[in-house]
Amino acid sequence: MTYLLHVATMIVIYTMLACSLNLLAGYCGLVSIAHAAFYGFGAYVGALLAIRFGCDLLVEMACVTLVVGMVALLVGWPALRILDDYFVLVTFALQAIAFGVFNNCVSLTGGPLGLPGIPPPSLLGWRVSTHLGFLGLTSLFCMITLAFSFLLVRSPIGRILVCVREDEVFAKVLGKDVVRVKISLFMISACFAAVAGVIYAHYTTFIDPTSFTINESIFVISIVIIGGAGSLSGPIVGAVILVTLPEVLRFAGLPSDIAANSRQIIYGTVIVVMMMFRPQGLLGKYRFER
Amino acid sequence: MLRCERLTKSFDGVQALADIQLALPSSGIIAIIGPNGAGKTTLFNVITGILRPNFGKTFLGDKDITSLQPHLIARLGVARTFQDLRFMRQVSVSDNVMLARPNQRGENFFYALTRIGVAKEEAVNRSVCMDLIRFVGLEDKADRLAGELSYGQQKLLTLACCIATGARILLLDEPVAGVYPEMIEHILDFLLKLKVQDKLIVLVEHDLTAVRRVADQVIVMDEGHIIAEGPPVEVLARPEIMEAYVG
Repeated sequence: MTYLLHVATMIVIYTMLACSLNLLAGYCGLVSIAHAAFYGFGAYVGALLAIRFGCDLLVEMACVTLVVGMVALLVGWPALRILDDYFVLVTFALQAIAFGVFNNCVSLTGGPLGLPGIPPPSLLGWRVSTHLGFLGLTSLFCMITLAFSFLLVRSPIGRILVCVREDEVFAKVLGKDVVRVKISLFMISACFAAVAGVIYAHYTTFIDPTSFTINESIFVISIVIIGGAGSLSGPIVGAVILVTLPEVLRFAGLPSDIAANSRQIIYGTVIVVMMMFRPQGLLGKYRFER
Repeated sequence: MLRCERLTKSFDGVQALADIQLALPSSGIIAIIGPNGAGKTTLFNVITGILRPNFGKTFLGDKDITSLQPHLIARLGVARTFQDLRFMRQVSVSDNVMLARPNQRGENFFYALTRIGVAKEEAVNRSVCMDLIRFVGLEDKADRLAGELSYGQQKLLTLACCIATGARILLLDEPVAGVYPEMIEHILDFLLKLKVQDKLIVLVEHDLTAVRRVADQVIVMDEGHIIAEGPPVEVLARPEIMEAYVG
């Protein structure tokens, strides 16, 4: 039962990450490679606040969204005023820098040894320490992320997001401030990734830089692509498939070193097949131009 | 109302606009004609902020709009269509027109999330947009994806989007090119109705029959220069103009 609750919690955390990235990449067409960096910033800032100051979870999240929002603004402001292709490169650079900080800022992050002993979170006096409690807490924040996405994409601003993805010049000549929308969305997406990071840090009680590498960003992008970019339910389906797939392989009886490699092969194969036969993903509506 | 002073724009040594002096009235239909490469579309791109001129200024009333971003120029009441049609192909016709409505409350993140007053405004905007869609004759296609429309219908859609912005100045790049004759009549009638609403319509057009029918004034461009302007009956009767135009 504990094992199933753990898998379910990880599905919900990755749903949050994929949903926040889907807002940016799926609806607005801006692919960010730095999602794991924001996830990591959230995890480290949240963990440090909990370890050193024993903050309430809501205080941690407020601080984390402030810090990550500022980082996203500083990166997004110059990057999103130029071509989207450069935005991908800038987020790639941010991801590399973030990993460098997590790995080398030993006095703060513990470096490669990581940060152990992260206490269970306390939400307005409710101390969450059981697996079921964590699943409930994670689901609560995941629901908030999904509701936020739903409200945003079903509103007039959702039409602007789609227009930026389809034809940015069209949006501009209709009087829409495309740069403001893109920067705001990048900040929102980063903040939700950071919130997922806070929950992850408390859940695992230990974090180290290997959890926030570029592979993690690519994994979240894969969830969005396979589930269906530009669809509200796509990230949920994508997260269920890609988080449970390694767990299924675990029971296939393969030696651990082969199982680890076969996972990568299966991920790669699934993405290539999807790109060839269903580029819009399982539940996606938007067909990316070939 | 719209004024260009000594506008100059060149691309890799090719002069697309050469010292353009232009003063347009506050309403009416102005047609810009000329051979391919004359600089007509570049003029539209410079006026709407898509391109920055190398030299010269553009004024809207007394306001210098030369260095403004395209969205700010659009908000001042200058809307345009493109020769290579621009719209959202994978979105419904009605949502394309809805996007074009100006100053929507739900375009602010706070109101988008709280929904305060958004539903009411959406209902009003949808009604206005449906009237426009009906007016351009696309009412039975309102829920279809815009990319599924025929080329002529897509032109009508971009026209509807342009008008939905509520702009007073409409810059239309070849509004009737590639459209079947009945539809051309429909579009031209539509432009005449807009003129009555006190709008300024500037159209780049190759169809001289259409130009003769609707334009109050014709501006002829060639190699980045304005070589003639005046009433269509007068300008289009000049043999040297037709020579430059036909080549």
